[in-house]
Parts: sequence; structure tokens; C-alpha cells
Amino acid sequence: MKELIKKLVETYGPSGNEDKIRQVIQEEIAGLADEVRTDALGNLIARKRGQNGGKRVMLAAHMDEIGVIVTHVDEKGFLRFGAVGGVWPHTLLGGRVVFANGTVGVIGTEKVEDEERNKVIPLEKLFIDVGAVDKTSVPVQIGDVAGFSRPFADMGKRLVAKAFDDRIGCAVLIQTMRDLKKTPHDVYFVFSVQEEVGLRGAMTSAYGIEPEMGLSVDVTLTGDTPEAQTMAVELGKGPAIKVKDGRMLAHPGVKRLLVETAEAIGIPYQLEVLERGTTDATAIQVSREGVPAGCVSIPCRYVHTPSEMVDYDDVTNAVKLLVAMLEKPIIL
Amino acid sequence: MDIVSLLKTLSETPGISGYEDQVRQVIGEVFARYADEVRTDALGNVIALKRGTGKAEPRRSIMLAGHTDEIGLIITRIEQGFLHFTEVGGFDPRVLLGQEVVVHGRRDLPGIIGSRPPHVLPPAEREKTIPLDKLFIDVGLPADEVEELVHVGDLATVRRELTQLKGDFIASKAFDDRAAVAAMAVCLEQLAGMQHAWDVYAVGTSQEEVGLRGAITSAFGLAPDLAIAIDVTFGNQPGLSAAETVEMNKGPAIVYGPNIHPALHDTLVETAKALELPYQVEPAPGRTGTDAWAIQVTRSGIPTALIGIPLRYMHTSVEMVSVKDVERVGRLLAAFIARLDAGFMDRLTWKPAISGEK
Amino acid sequence: MILQQLSEAFGVSGYEDAVRQIIFDAIRNDVDEYRVDSIGNLITLKRGTGEAPFKVMVTAHMDEIGLMITHIEDNGQLRFAPVGGIDDRILLSKTVCIGDKKIPGIIGVKPIHLQDDKEQEQVIKGDKLTIDIGATSKAEAEQLVKVGDYVAFTTSFADLGPTVKGKAFDDRAGCAVLIEIIKAGPYPFDLYGVFTVQEEVGLRGAQVAAYAIEPDVAFVLEGTICDDMPKKKDVSPTTELGRGPAITIMDRTFIADRRLVKLLVDTATELGIPYQFKQPLMGGTDAGAIHTTRTGVPSVTVAVPSRYIHSPVCLLSKSDFENTARLMQEALRRLTPATIGK
Repeated sequence: MKELIKKLVETYGPSGNEDKIRQVIQEEIAGLADEVRTDALGNLIARKRGQNGGKRVMLAAHMDEIGVIVTHVDEKGFLRFGAVGGVWPHTLLGGRVVFANGTVGVIGTEKVEDEERNKVIPLEKLFIDVGAVDKTSVPVQIGDVAGFSRPFADMGKRLVAKAFDDRIGCAVLIQTMRDLKKTPHDVYFVFSVQEEVGLRGAMTSAYGIEPEMGLSVDVTLTGDTPEAQTMAVELGKGPAIKVKDGRMLAHPGVKRLLVETAEAIGIPYQLEVLERGTTDATAIQVSREGVPAGCVSIPCRYVHTPSEMVDYDDVTNAVKLLVAMLEKPIIL
Repeated sequence: MDIVSLLKTLSETPGISGYEDQVRQVIGEVFARYADEVRTDALGNVIALKRGTGKAEPRRSIMLAGHTDEIGLIITRIEQGFLHFTEVGGFDPRVLLGQEVVVHGRRDLPGIIGSRPPHVLPPAEREKTIPLDKLFIDVGLPADEVEELVHVGDLATVRRELTQLKGDFIASKAFDDRAAVAAMAVCLEQLAGMQHAWDVYAVGTSQEEVGLRGAITSAFGLAPDLAIAIDVTFGNQPGLSAAETVEMNKGPAIVYGPNIHPALHDTLVETAKALELPYQVEPAPGRTGTDAWAIQVTRSGIPTALIGIPLRYMHTSVEMVSVKDVERVGRLLAAFIARLDAGFMDRLTWKPAISGEK
Repeated sequence: MILQQLSEAFGVSGYEDAVRQIIFDAIRNDVDEYRVDSIGNLITLKRGTGEAPFKVMVTAHMDEIGLMITHIEDNGQLRFAPVGGIDDRILLSKTVCIGDKKIPGIIGVKPIHLQDDKEQEQVIKGDKLTIDIGATSKAEAEQLVKVGDYVAFTTSFADLGPTVKGKAFDDRAGCAVLIEIIKAGPYPFDLYGVFTVQEEVGLRGAQVAAYAIEPDVAFVLEGTICDDMPKKKDVSPTTELGRGPAITIMDRTFIADRRLVKLLVDTATELGIPYQFKQPLMGGTDAGAIHTTRTGVPSVTVAVPSRYIHSPVCLLSKSDFENTARLMQEALRRLTPATIGK
């Protein structure tokens, strides 16, 4: 799967600008689904039909990544910018971004006063330098969006890249489509858009699909780094089965189904209580008359920085968990 | 109906957001005494239907919504037998210190949210509040036994029994919003002896405290013609001004503002006057933070009203209400429902009252 | 100019009746169908001339920010809370009108003579202020106003030559543009002109209107932030007065459909209509609620730049207003199902 993962994480696709990553995923899943379509907001929806009267199941992983948007081009050709999704100002200074047209920019700052040296530099003081000599030679304009630029690194068991949130979920979904030979369920694999700016793609795709059960596959934080937040999730201890996050309580039946499946096939798993942040499942859960919803999380360190880290075994075990769940009847 | 004993049962039964099963069971049984049907939907809303006598098909319907869930605690990590936790819904961490809880593990375990004795604390320390992530639950068992009995993601509720105070006042946990559930039960009981044309859905909604989530889905599913949400509101208490609060034991707070269809507000006021029932008008200039906020914008829009039950000390384990206020809300709801006739919706218009083709 | 009538009308979120009446009177003969829905939106339909079943929704919100009476003091002073987003600093020394009877009131402040230096530097929070209607007791005040009454600013409209001033250009400017669009019809498709309520308290009217209509495409018309006063730093003015309609690419509530942005830009370029992009991430509009309705609605927002919005007095350029109306009409004439890949 590593080649697939590398390809996905290195593709451009900030929220609202998912055309390229959608194209890449569409090519990867060619022939794996009975139907593939793109909806009004840009969600890529692949359906694998079930044979005998199972449930209508929606699995969602979001294609979009966080990024920056140009808000102003000044007289000298420097770009002021804002955050697309939850960007940490801590991670920006000296970083590089890439626009859809390939333009590369570096992030600089206004003068930092002595008393500000130990403080986070706010976004308002930062700018992007695209190497323009004046305003007229700037190759991008107000409203153009850039993604962060950082190559994929394979450390063996651990992998590092930008945008594991949530390209790793996309990779898990694609691999699940490959490995799932037979299922009684009508399974909708949704590669959603605009999760980072408000779960918007999940809202509209869930409304259209009307699932009987919904799962998001996304990253979660860990508590296993020095002086981390209080959290029981660790890298390499298996996919995390969500109990609660900042905005959703997983359906107890969905949680139980995932736990029982993991135990039945003998893969490690962890239970997840995440205090802040959420996933597409939050939107799916309240779609129409309500959908039993849960989430399979890939533990991930340094989420929303350009160097997110996951454990490869967690990834492959997440695929096994989903495949095993989808092969059997679902009773909630 | 013995409202105090009903409220005692409702309040003391656990039902944290997303895990309302036990309290839902209790509520379902209470509603079933007066309703034609009781069911539970995908998100755990408990929905009772009491059919009206109106002849027109499909019969018009009104949805009453009071939430069944309460705020609670959830275990995030287990460290040497001590339980770290976070909140489900909005807790003031200051009310937790020295509190007894019940940890809902493989079996219910009594627990204590420990506080270090004042003797060992430097004076400056005692001036500071303790954030949630520095608090822990002690269940008094050896670490290995705790690991066996409690898992990450298990829940805990504050242990509290109902206290009868002077006069009409009682205090306990989770009156937010079990007081509204009791008021709906009073309403259904009243309706049993009245004529009403419209179908009535009494809905114990789930997951209000974590984002009005049960109201969103139940209102979508029922698609009622009208809705009234019932929730607790801030009663006057030390530390709050008259402008921020309503008065205790002076009747239901009939809310007014963008969240409320003005004609429904007016009809509720008229109904209260006709019953000679005391009431108060509570202004809500924007987001009400109640199920009414979600219901109003469901589908193509549902005319919605909101009734507040005055309550002191919200989101603590000593929430205080007047039994009389609870009973009055129930009676007001029933009398309002009895007024709903075939032409009611046609009278529910905005200015200019227009509709049609040229 | 209908903008004057609209601007001077009382229409705080949740109490848009007067604005709705003015708009209805202005367009009743220009539309094929009309209704007011459960939350108070005025929904109109102008049938299209084309064959393709294609529904286009164009909205503008009728409501404005304001205040609501929350309590009457024993001495007859009125406590209030904001309806929508208000900067407390704009409240001092203003005149207002209250409720159905439009009772006049004033918001006063302690005389400067009696303030100490520290007070001069402090912002007076809205909940420390009162509205004075001249009542000397609670009983006297209660004869004129009641708790829950809405309060609007009282600002007269005036033509200043190239510009006009008045209150509530956010979004009566959009309402006025939408009226012009409706009058200039029909278009090749069914045009749902929707005057929404409660935008300022959470995009509430637009959400239910979009659900009911199920449009294929939505355009939202606004009077938007214009922050083009001279500044020391070379930063975004959000929009600039006189530089044409402002097109939103992304704001706090939605990301505009790129194909619709292109349609607007291509139309403006073809006809030589000036346009500008609004500073991304600033503010939010009804499009935020509309675009995620049901299975999703490609949406875009086009706005008339307006200085000093969310205060009692705003300023806009007549040419921006005219160019917004023209750009919208021309873009709508060029809009086909193919624009959004249907």
C-alpha cells in the first residue's frame, strides 16, 4: 500500500480544490466499483452493490487537506493569506506551499520584536513570497489556494507526510475496495470534500445516500509523545475505534460491532476518546432521520502539521477490520 | 400524577448524551400509559404518539420536545488505577471537586473525585481552580481490578438523590431537562381527559447537550406541522441580574424572539391567560441553544415555540425547580394542544399574509 | 429609489414584516407565484422561457441587526441585548425606535465631565447601557414597550451624489438588486427570487427556503464589508468602494462554486463591467446554509461593497449598485445547465 499512500499524500487538494486528488483516486478505483459518480459539491462516490439484502453502508474518508488562501497581493508582490481549515501558525514560518498551477511560495514574517520572540507569530504578520519582483509578476491571484509542500518519508514501520489527514483514510478505503471480494451490503465509498472547513461534503453525500450505517475513516490524535494530552491512543497499537470526539458520540452498537469484529479476526485495536476535533461521521449521524454512526481512526502524531506520522501496521489493520466487518451481516 | 416521585426517578436514572438507554426505558414506560404508540429511533429519541380525533387525513401533528440526556463524564485514560476523564456536555469543573460519582464500567462502581487535603496545599494553590484534565476518579480498587472493570470510553455520572426543599422546591441532578420530560408526562395525562383534534408526538430527544442532535433527526423524521420545545431556563439566583433571569415559581417562561413563531407565542400567552395560569415572557434575541433552535429550520421550516422551566444552578448536581412550575408547563401544553383545530395553520401567517399565483 | 424605502424600514431579524411588505408591493406584478413560508421568507417564482427543467435561486436577506428589550428597570430604563453581531462601541449616543409602535428612544452615556481617565479608555459593554424613552417608572414604560420588543436604529437615507448613505445596506442593497433582477426577467430558467429572514442570527431563513425549493444553482446577493479607509499597512481592504461588484471565492461559511465564479468573471470581462474579489475568509452569507442543502447546491455570493456595515449608518457607491444589478442580470442570461455540468 505504501506506493498508493505516497501518491495520495503528495497530490494537491486543499478544501474546495479537490479536482486533482479526485482524479488520482478515480483512477485508482477504476474497475473496483459498480457505479462511480461525482456530486454537486465534488464528493466522489463509489458504490459496490451487495448480493443479498444487507445494509446500505456509507464509508467516508475526506480527500481535502488543510491549506492557505491568498487574501491580498500587496504593491511589492507579497501575498497575505488566511487559513483553509485548522492551520497552526506554529508550523508556518519558513515552510513552503504550492499552488494548483505549480507556483511555489515560501512563508516569511514581518519583523519580530524582541518581546515577541517566544510567542507564536500570528497569521496576520506572515506573508507568502512567490519570488515575484513586483505586483504584476505574481503568478497567482486573490482567492487562489495553496497546499503545504513536504515529501513523503518511509521510516519502515512509521510513515511521515503532509495530509495523512485524511489521505491515509482515502488509502484505507481504496485498499478496502480492493480486498473486499464479496459483501452482502450495499457499500458506498465516499471520498468527501470540504471536511476541514466544516464537514460539508459529508453532509450532502450522506443526504443523497441515505445510509443505514455510516462510518468515517479518519486520523485521530495520540497521547504517546512527551508530555502529550491525556489520551489513551498510541501509535502502533491498532486502529482506534471511536467512542467520542469533540462533536460526536459514536453509536454504541457501531462501536460494539467494530470491537467484536477486531476481536474475532484477532487484530489489535484501541478505544478512542478525543476531546477536540471531529470527523465526517458527525455530519452523517444527523443526516435526515439519523444514522447510526461511528469512526475507525488511524492514530496519527502531529496532526495538522506538514509532518504527520502514522504506523503502517495500524493502516493495514484498519483495512482488515473494515473488510471483515463488511463481509458479514451487520446487526446493531 | 405524583410529579415529585416521577422527577425523582427521572433524575436519578442515568442517561448521559448518546447513552440514554436507561432513562429512555423509564420515559417510554411513563409515556406509554397515555400514548397510543411509543418507539425509539436511530439516534435514541423516544417518540410517543397520542392520536387526535381530527377527521382530516393526514391529521395535523404537533411535536413536543424535551431532552432526555444529561451531561456526564467519560473516561479518557486509566493510570495506576486512577481514572482520567473528560466531559460529555458542558461541565463547570469547579463543581466536581469532592463529588461522589458512579462509574458505569463492567458493573456500576462507586467513585470519588478526589481533592488533595488543604494541609498539603500551598496557600496560592487554593486560590486556583482545577481544570478537568487534572481531576481524576478513585474507585478504591487495586489497579489490575480497575483495568478489568473499567475501559476507556466508559461513562460516569454524579451520584445525587433528590432533595425536597421548603415549599414547592426540589433539587437534584439532571432536572435539565428531565423536568421537561415530567411536564410532557403531565401534558399527556391531562390530554387523556380532553378532546384534541391533532396528533401529539411527545419526544424525549437524545443528545441535546452535545449539539441538539436528537432534535435535528426526530423533527426531520416526524415533519410535524408545529413544534414546542420545553427546556429549563435560568431562574433568578444570587449572582445573576433580573435582566438575565426569570423568576422562580412564577410560572412557565414563554420565550419570544427569532427562534419563535410570534403567532405561536401569542397563542401560548392567550392560553395561559385563559387558564389563569401565571406565566412570564422571556426574550431570546438569537440562538436559544435549545432543541427549538434545531427544529425551527428542519426541512422547509417548522413553526416552533419554546417554553422555559425556571431552574436555578444549571449544570450542577443541585439543579432546583418548583414542582408547581413543572405542573403548570404540563397544563399549559395540554390546553394549547386542545385549542388546535383544522384551521389553525391558516391563521399562522406573517404580514403580509399572502400565498398564491397571480 | 426603492433602496431608500428599504433602508429606512424596520426589519430586525425575526421581525421583518415591514420590509417584506415593501418588497411584496414592489414585485407582486412581476412574478408568477409568491408565498411567505413558515419562518417568514418571501418566496417568489418567475417562470422561465426555456425548456430545460432548471431552477435558479437568487436570495437577499431582509433582516438587519438590531437590539431586543430584555428587561424594564423600576425607573423605566430599558435593558437590551443585541440581535445579530453588534460592536458595543457603536451604541453610545444613538437614537432608536422600539417595537410595533416605533417608540423613540435614546442610548445615553455618563457625561465626559464626570468620567475619570480610566473610564475614557474602557469600552462600555452593551449590558451596562440602557435605552431611555423618557419613562419615569416601570409602569409608565410598560404602557409603551414590552420585554421582547425589537429595536432598530433610526437613520434617514440620503443621496450624496456618487454615493448614498443609510442604515441596513447589509442587506437591503441586496434586496434592491434582487428586485431589479426580478423586474428584468423572465430568464431562460425558473427564477426563484427569495427574500430571506434571520440571516444575521444564523442563516436560518435561507436554510429552509433552499430545502423547499431544491434549486440547481444559487446566487446570494449581499451588501458586504468594505474596509478601504486609508491604512498604514498594505493589507486587504476586503472590498473597495467604486471598484464594482464583489465576488466571494471563500468565506467563513462556504466555498463558492468555481464554475459560477468563472461565469461572473467571464461576463464582467466580456461586457467591461468592473468587478473585484472579496477578501477570502471574511464574513459569511446565506450561501453557507444553501450550498449544503439536501445533496448540495453550487452557490456563489455577489455583493455591493458597503462601508460601515453593522453600524447605524452605511455608505455605498451608486455605480457599484448599478454594476452589481447589471452583472447579475447578464450572468443569469448566460447561465445554462451546462455551466454546472448538467
